[in-house]
Amino acid sequence: MTGPLLAVRDVGKTYGSIVALHGVSTEVHAGSVTCVLGDNGAGKSTFIKLLSGVHQPDSGRLLYDGEPVAFASPRDALDRGIATVHQDLSLIPLMSVWRNFFLGAEPTTGWGPFRRFDVGFAKRTTRAELRAMGIDIRDPDQPVGQLSGGERQSVAIARAVYFGARVLILDEPTSALGVKQAGVVLRYIARARERGLAVVFITHNPHHAYPVGDRFLLLNRGRSMGDFGRADITREDLTRLMAGGAELDQLAAELPSGA
Amino acid sequence: MATATAARDERLRPTGLGRRLLSRPELSAVCGAVAVFAFFASYTDAFATATGFANVLDPAATLGIMAVVVALLMIGGEFDLSAGVMTASSGLLIAILSTRAGLHIGLAIAIALVAGALVGLANGLIVVHTGLPSFIVTLGTFLVLQGLNLGITKLVTGTVQVGGLTRAAGYHWADMVLASTVRIAGGHYRVTILWWLLITAAATWVLLRTRPGNWIFAVGGGAAGARNVGVPTARTKIFLFMTVSTGAALVGAMAVVRLTSMQANAGIGQEFQYIIAAVIGGCLLTGGYGSAVGAAAGALIFGMAQQGIVFAGWDSDWFMAFLGTLLLIATLLNHYIRRHAERAKR
Repeated sequence: MTGPLLAVRDVGKTYGSIVALHGVSTEVHAGSVTCVLGDNGAGKSTFIKLLSGVHQPDSGRLLYDGEPVAFASPRDALDRGIATVHQDLSLIPLMSVWRNFFLGAEPTTGWGPFRRFDVGFAKRTTRAELRAMGIDIRDPDQPVGQLSGGERQSVAIARAVYFGARVLILDEPTSALGVKQAGVVLRYIARARERGLAVVFITHNPHHAYPVGDRFLLLNRGRSMGDFGRADITREDLTRLMAGGAELDQLAAELPSGA
Repeated sequence: MATATAARDERLRPTGLGRRLLSRPELSAVCGAVAVFAFFASYTDAFATATGFANVLDPAATLGIMAVVVALLMIGGEFDLSAGVMTASSGLLIAILSTRAGLHIGLAIAIALVAGALVGLANGLIVVHTGLPSFIVTLGTFLVLQGLNLGITKLVTGTVQVGGLTRAAGYHWADMVLASTVRIAGGHYRVTILWWLLITAAATWVLLRTRPGNWIFAVGGGAAGARNVGVPTARTKIFLFMTVSTGAALVGAMAVVRLTSMQANAGIGQEFQYIIAAVIGGCLLTGGYGSAVGAAAGALIFGMAQQGIVFAGWDSDWFMAFLGTLLLIATLLNHYIRRHAERAKR
């Protein structure tokens, strides 16, 4: 494999006197998944904002295709192929799947005053792209609000893939889902990886991260607790490091068992 | 949780005829229009005649034009309470410019349309940049316009109306385009009906087959999400406000040309009729859902009930009771549809 598609080198970010992130490094290759794990307040949100162009790092640098980059805005990052799927998904529940899929980037046909939304193309493409992600929506006319949480995630992911994303940043895509639905989304993440995307998967759940991750960055209170390749860490280590294993052990000791 | 989700997923698969029909916002209004027509056609002899139907379509046409543009704005998630008074402002402006300032009536109408667009621009800019509810902002515009209508009319004419439009240069031309009648099969049909049909068709095309149409649904259904994916939400909303007030200026021109005069207190209360027709036509009060055809059908129901009650020989006081009932049924139906479409499944 060649060099990483996106590399993060020792970045830091402060908001006023608050150090949100300090000395964090990791990388993501095309066709692999890098998981960013951390509890609430660990700096996951700040990390996403740096990658997606919402903020610029105060120290350290980002390398994209081996070249140093600075993203001026989320739009800039998106134009270079870094797509972020936010937790709210930016889907409109009352609108149909195909209208959502192309929202903001509607394909048109015709010219002058007769330039129109190419509805046939939009419907066909939506169906084909979702099928390529392994989801069969029989009726792209269905409002998105009727889809399950996992299906909605898949629509958002498929949309990012279709619009030329090379790096896909997923912000807690499984956190609001039930066990079964989370499994469905993990399958889409694996599918996106198979299609050659570099996926950055943000989560606080090591059980979601471990099955799909090729690399694991652990954050705690704005600092890196380690950046491990898959071969270097077991699921047990990941779980223990992640939830602050020592704290959990202590909790287990404090709480009377079987009560 | 997981099993419940799985069970619901199974039920999601089949796409029944019922849901396909429910996904058409104009369905209930079109069915309602057919039912109201059938009722009055069988109840009174005068209703289902060429003359009777021309009488129904006459008030429905101008109301329908406004209902359609108001429906676009409501789908975009906003209200315009100033639209009713704007029709009077436009009529007064045209009358004053063409009879007192001696302008050609075509020019006067053009100026009124631009003035209408500017009122919409003001409404839109204030709503978009302050984030205040459009209900309040346009209530303010409503009061300002109402005051200006009375104040300026009294200043210019010394009375509360402007008349004598037949003497204006180019009146016959304006009358032909905006207020003439065409005789078809014994009934005298107003040219405004044609305007109504054209505007409904254009609005439907914009909504369903253009990029801005997709944006209108999106800004009403979830402005934050729409902005995230690059929809120009501010521009879309401002455009909608301008469409409504320009439409109001056009309807005002139709009224003043037809009546050849305009009262300074005209138009007040009309704005609610527009909104009611749009809601009967399937628009959600909360935005993101509705149709132009539905709003046009809502206006048709309005016109049929208004005239049908006269033909039936009933006291016209019953009209409001009928309207209120219809509005409640339509709102409940819309509410059900919204719940159906938006039900979250996690």
